[in-house]
Amino acid sequence: MDGTLAVFNRAIVSYRRLWQASVFSSFILPVLFVLSIGIGVGGYISGVDGVSYLDWIVPGVLASTAFQMAVGESTFPVLGDFKWVRGYHAMRATPVRIADMIAGYQLYIMFRVLIAAVVFLGVSALFGAIHSPWVVFTPFVCALLGVAVSAPTSAFAATIENDSYFALLFRFLVIPSTLFAGVFFPVSQLPELLRPLAYASPLWHAVELCRAATLGVAPPWPAAAHVAYLLAWAGLGYLLALRAFRRRLSD
Amino acid sequence: MIYARGLVKRFGDFTAVDGIDLEVAPGEAFGFLGPNGAGKSSTMRMIGCVSTPTAGELRILGMDPVREGPAIRARLGVCPQTDNLDPDLTVFENLTTYARYFGIPRAEGRRRAAELLEFVQLTEKSGSTVDPLSGGMKRRLSIARAMINEPDLVLLDEPTTGLDPQARHLLWERLFRLKQRGVTLVLTTHYMDEAEQLCDRLVVMDAGKIVADGSPRHLIETYSTREVVELRFGDDAPATYVEKLAGIGERLDPLPDRLLLYSADGDAAVNEVHRRGFTPSSVLVRRSTLEDVFLILTGRTLVD
Repeated sequence: MDGTLAVFNRAIVSYRRLWQASVFSSFILPVLFVLSIGIGVGGYISGVDGVSYLDWIVPGVLASTAFQMAVGESTFPVLGDFKWVRGYHAMRATPVRIADMIAGYQLYIMFRVLIAAVVFLGVSALFGAIHSPWVVFTPFVCALLGVAVSAPTSAFAATIENDSYFALLFRFLVIPSTLFAGVFFPVSQLPELLRPLAYASPLWHAVELCRAATLGVAPPWPAAAHVAYLLAWAGLGYLLALRAFRRRLSD
Repeated sequence: MIYARGLVKRFGDFTAVDGIDLEVAPGEAFGFLGPNGAGKSSTMRMIGCVSTPTAGELRILGMDPVREGPAIRARLGVCPQTDNLDPDLTVFENLTTYARYFGIPRAEGRRRAAELLEFVQLTEKSGSTVDPLSGGMKRRLSIARAMINEPDLVLLDEPTTGLDPQARHLLWERLFRLKQRGVTLVLTTHYMDEAEQLCDRLVVMDAGKIVADGSPRHLIETYSTREVVELRFGDDAPATYVEKLAGIGERLDPLPDRLLLYSADGDAAVNEVHRRGFTPSSVLVRRSTLEDVFLILTGRTLVD
């Protein structure tokens, strides 16, 4: 546990030095999104499932912000700590275990996502987009989504040698997920053949949980099923990361 | 501190370390001397418990590095060959975050960081980020970081490679102070002057094997002569003179640019060269070094 907290501590100290750089993507951009699409585009739409488009899209943008942040923070920073900064090699020379390296960083991802979610919810509340006290659960849903995507992304980053693979990750997984996993329009609008792809994305499950919570309605699947799906991604991702880190740091 | 018998490290078909025996006693400054690819770093990685031996026996601080890696690493200080400091953190934060990896409480970590920055003469740079520091300063910071857990054994992999002469001397002086404090140092180097300056005892490695073992002075006395004469003959190939000068000194080694003549008395040897009617374009009589020992043992120079 000490080792995990030490790794978390290092990430936090780095973040304290560099947080200004992340303000735009973590806080300002999502708000701009909500304003332009929720209010701008929403002005032409009567609403979705009986709620205004702004109210409908806020939980989606909330979850997709967490999604993109968690993936982004697990690509270059993780590969960099193997290749350029060699921070993992520095830890490897100490009593810190490989499991600590992964768990400590996942803790940091949760922390980052939690903060971003709380700030975003505060702004959304000013626009009157929050309709249920269940909203207090959404930051935790976002944190769970964060680990569900950050752990496997870390495993991927620990496996590759060249950062150009990240462009493929964003092009073929992150961007399609953001566009088609129920953030901007209901998955029911998709051709039936493509819907399973949206259901497979961890983002969709988090979007539906957040939407149910901010609107005060029931999610499409039982909430426990959505949570279990995200937990499965987090658990599997953790195991994959453990294997990838071990391969890279021991011989 | 370190005990190894028949230690082997293989990567696929390649044998990096080929059955070496070692013993390092507390308080000793021990060196691995050898060219790049001799197996020094692979050996260091096994001692640092980040690489598993393929065969042989290895005990570090009386413990088994495979089963008790974290417990051993808690008592080691490691200064790696490639700097792995956090470039975005300050000099001070680099030490305090690292202290936490050893479970050192915050306040104690800050106290030790300040003390170690004083020791490596970086107190003024405490609040600066690492990126703009010179190579020598970064290396000194790496050494301070390796000391944060008050280690029983400090491993230094090529501590001064790539540094300018002034930075090297400052670093050697700091390492010498550590040695005086009784810290056990184990270092690798391909600089014979570094090995001579710092090591009480060293092993010469070549192609994964230990080819000689002893104090620098002992190695020179055993394998080389007291003095060496370096002869240059203008444009003539040094090898053509081997036969002509046969019998002078104890041994002749032609290098591409010069001829080395090993002799207990360099001046007498030079006189004999002149007496035979040869006039080298330059003559240098010097003391024998570990570089010569290495050349004699392996037929190759240390730094190519």
